[in-house]
Parts: sequence; C-alpha cells; structure tokens
Amino acid sequence: MHVVVFTRSTPDTAAKVEVGANGAIGWGDAATVVNPWDEYALEEAIVQAKNAGGKATVIAIGPEFNNESLKHSLAMGVDEAARVWDGALEGTDSLAYATAAAAAVKKLGDVDLVICGKESVDVGTDQHIYQTARKLGWTMLSYVSKIIAVDYNAKTIKVERLLEQGKQVVTSKLPAVISVMKDINEPRYPSFIGIRKASKAVIPEWSLADLGATLPTSQSKVTQFMNLPAKNVQVELITGTPEEQATKLVDRLLEEKVL
Amino acid sequence: MTAVYVWIETFNGKALNSSWEALGAGKTIASALNVPLAALVFGENASAVGAEAGAHGADKAIVSEDATLNGFRLEPYAALLSKLVADNKPKAVLAIGTARGRELLAASAGDTDSGLITEATSIEVQGDGAVKVTRPVYAGKILSEAISSAAGTQFLTLRGRAFKPNAEGTGSAEVSTVPAVLAEADIATKIESFEAEVGTVNLTDAAIIVSGGRAMANNPKDAPAGSDAAVWKAQDGFTNVIQPLADTLGAAVGASRAAVDAGYIPYAHQVGQTGKTVAPDLYIAAGISGAIQHQAGMRSSKVIVAINKDGDAPIFKLARYGLVGDLYAIIPALTAELKKRLGK
Repeated sequence: MHVVVFTRSTPDTAAKVEVGANGAIGWGDAATVVNPWDEYALEEAIVQAKNAGGKATVIAIGPEFNNESLKHSLAMGVDEAARVWDGALEGTDSLAYATAAAAAVKKLGDVDLVICGKESVDVGTDQHIYQTARKLGWTMLSYVSKIIAVDYNAKTIKVERLLEQGKQVVTSKLPAVISVMKDINEPRYPSFIGIRKASKAVIPEWSLADLGATLPTSQSKVTQFMNLPAKNVQVELITGTPEEQATKLVDRLLEEKVL
Repeated sequence: MTAVYVWIETFNGKALNSSWEALGAGKTIASALNVPLAALVFGENASAVGAEAGAHGADKAIVSEDATLNGFRLEPYAALLSKLVADNKPKAVLAIGTARGRELLAASAGDTDSGLITEATSIEVQGDGAVKVTRPVYAGKILSEAISSAAGTQFLTLRGRAFKPNAEGTGSAEVSTVPAVLAEADIATKIESFEAEVGTVNLTDAAIIVSGGRAMANNPKDAPAGSDAAVWKAQDGFTNVIQPLADTLGAAVGASRAAVDAGYIPYAHQVGQTGKTVAPDLYIAAGISGAIQHQAGMRSSKVIVAINKDGDAPIFKLARYGLVGDLYAIIPALTAELKKRLGK
C-alpha cells in the first residue's frame, strides 16, 4: 500500500500580505509554513500508511523554498519526499500543475490513494486537486471529514464528506484522490528525532523530463496583484447601559436597512 | 450552438438561490458576446428548474433527468458537462463556487484543457471576448486579476453574494433534453446516506451572521461540577445567548478560530482564513478580538458591529459600530430589543 500526499509552503496566515511597488506579493519577514490545510492531509497519510503497513510519500510542486514543508512532512513521519520543479512550470495554470502532479504519481507506480488538503490557503484554489484526479482518471472524493473504511486489497473506500447541506457517506473505488477537512484528525507535531532526521534528508528534484510529462498550453494567467482599496470606516462607538446600547444600535441598523 | 453556459446547482430537485446570481453574471457575458445564455440543469426535476431559469434570464435550458444524475456525484456530472463543452464549444461556463460548483467546473476544465478562474468577485468582458476577473487571494488580504484565453471555453466560478441575479421576469427558456454520458455501472461512487443539517443557516449564503469568539467563555453562569468550565460556559453561551439572537435575525452563527480550536463550537462555523470567507450585509462580532486571520474571512461584510470588552481590540478598526462592554449583558438586551422592534 502506498499513499501520496501533496503539500506546499505558504506564508504564515498571521502574516500581513501586501503588493509591493514592483507588483510582487510580499509578506515581510514572516515565516513560510506548511499550507495549514495540508497538515490534516499529512497526518492522515501517516496514519493510513501505518494502519496498512504501507508507505507514505510527500510531493511538492514548486521552487526550492517548498523543501521546508517537505522537511516538516518528513519530521512528522512521512516516509519519503520529492519535489517537482522545472522552469517550464513557472507562471503556468492549474492544468500544468495537475499534469505534473498526475505524472509524479504515475512515476511512483504503485499508488492506491492520494491525499490533499482542502485548498491552498494563499491563492485560495482547490481546482488543481480535482484536475489531478481527472488527469489520473481516478475517483475524486472532496471535503472528506472521516475515512470510515478502506480496503486496499478489495480496492474500496468509504468516507464521510462534509457538504454545505450536511454530511454524506459515500463508497467508492481505489485508486482515488481525496481532499480532507480540518475535522478529520488532529495533526501531530514533529518529534525532535524526526526534525533531526529530516534536516539531513536530501530531497530529490524531478524535472518534467524525469516524469515524462508534456504540459498542456496554459489557458489562464494572472495579470496583476492589487492591494485592497482602503476601507474608510469610521467606527461609531455606541455607549450607555446595555439596554441603551441595544436601542441605539437597532436604530442605526434599521437606518442602514440591513435588518 | 455557441453560448454562455451556467450550471444551475440543485439540491433535492430545487435550484439553489445563489445559482440565479450566476445567471446574472452569465447574462453580462452573454450580452457582451451577443450569444444566448443557456442554463444547464441535471438531475431530478431538471426540466422544471430549467423552465424556472427562463424567468431568471436564461434563453435556453439544457436539461438531463437521467436517474444517474439524482443527487450530485462528480463522475456523471463532469462526464456530461465535459461532453457538452467538447461538442458545443461554449464561450464560457459559469457556476457559483460552492463545494459542488468548484469541483464540477474544475474537473470539466481539466477534461477539456480549458482555462478556469475561481472565486470571481467581479468580471469585465474585454474587446476580444476574454473575461477579465478580479478575485481575492491570501484570504482577501489582496486582490488578483486574471484572464483566460478567449479562444477556448472560459470556466469561471463565482463568489456567492458578489453578483446580482437578473430581475425575475416573464421570460421563458427553450428547454432541450440531453442523455447522460455514464451508465450507473460506470460510476464508482455510490451515495450511501445523507444526514442533513437541520435548522441551521448556511454561513456563505447568510445575509446576517452573528459570531462568537474567545470571550464566549466569560459566561456568568456557573458550570456544573466536573465539566471543563470554559468549554461548558462557551457552549452554553452559543446555545442560549448567540443562537436566540441569530434566530431573531434569521442569521447564521459563526465563530473565530480561537473559539473553534478551544472546542466551544464545531469547525463548520469557523469564519476566517482557515474557515469560511463570508460577505453578509450585517456581521456582528461578539467577543472576537479580530486577529488578521479572522478579518480576512469577514472584512468585505457590508456593516460590521463589534461587541468587545476591550475597546482597543483590532476588530474596532473594521467595525462601523462599536459597543464596548460585556457580550453577556449586551446580546440579551439586543435580542429583546430586536424582538420588540421587529415584532417577533
């Protein structure tokens, strides 16, 4: 049994992110971290591999700073790591990402399950996950809040999914790509021994040629980043006893026509 | 037939109201490109919903009521959408960016190697027919502008509540029926059960949201012996103080990450960078200091009311109205006042 988990490095969610005079996004001296959603995916991959006596491999697609999140993954207990990068991937869209991701999974050969975090917290996208599943031709199960049962011999999986209107239980076939929610587990912290081992790990870098992948032409591109228009709210403080505050606030809200 | 397609999301045979917002955005693009606006409706009751789409501005409706399409599943829906796109080469395909809308359009854009831009908050059709999109990134800390090639089909998912529906009129759509692409035997995924969340208002659709934060633990009630006092107090506060205000307003209940991480309320209620991004008409933040992660998820709300004991809390920088004081005194007073004034 072999499970693959994808991750990436993103600026800390507490960072102040701004567009600089040169048009590039900056986050000052804030640290980059594992994409917070991916921590649940990494934890689940470690647990699934352990339960089945199998192996977990973590992959990041992106330039070298992503090695940080790969090392964090290894320190948590993922068995192996690889990073995919190629100049041809610079400035491409999710079609290119999905093509490279699917090729990386195929290179590993014996993969039963791919686990991803729900989305990338920085660019706010999840499309690359669904497109990776389609490029692989595998089942896609998104928003998984619990893996209820999985049988790697019979190639079946049963999961609970958290959707807008409630919880859905579905069964499906392996191999599959799943994306997981915060509810699924409690991610572990890396151990000291794990951190020491990971710091010495040499992470292989795979080019598109190594993967035998040919990228489709990107169909969409980002043209610019912009800071938010300044929000000029002047707070009006409403004072008095709680009852007086309540009366005055309701007056204002009725005037604003938001009730 | 070239057209602009809008996928109308249904649940139990009824259109989601937010789908009509997507028809509104679709109309803008279809008019600029001078092509018909077609609603796509799959699953139970699709013909009736397709006809309803006519009153919401669709010129045509392409429907399929095959039994395999009852209840959304990605495989049969994506197979059908991808076939329609490959056969008819529409100029654009739009949907509201719900969980299902996001994965359906992404899968189909992947199948057809088409451009996809997600979570659009505004659109502008260019001279060559390309749609320029503005979308928030870094959870709303900055904006990104993106564009797809006009040569292919441009897939777009839209942020809920960012686009206006067309005025409901007397128009009718020309309804045509298409067969499903996959047979049941070809579909790996089977829905075993569905447990609906009853009585709760969906955060992302809500016009009003009342959220509680860390200070929910300052409940003056005494926690029963043996319980975790902070957790008990906060949970009691969400049930007996926040929920009654939400019920009075027809509002959804939200929470800060601090409240969720402390176990005061389930994660489904979390607003912020690792929770839901919302933009209601009215956002009431009770006992929330306003960490940057939380601000990212709610800053585009129209009117923000902050209730907090600490007058220096960052939330007051975003708020239109600030009430410095104890939420456990103010919220019950506010609920009582609203009941009186709104006649409930």
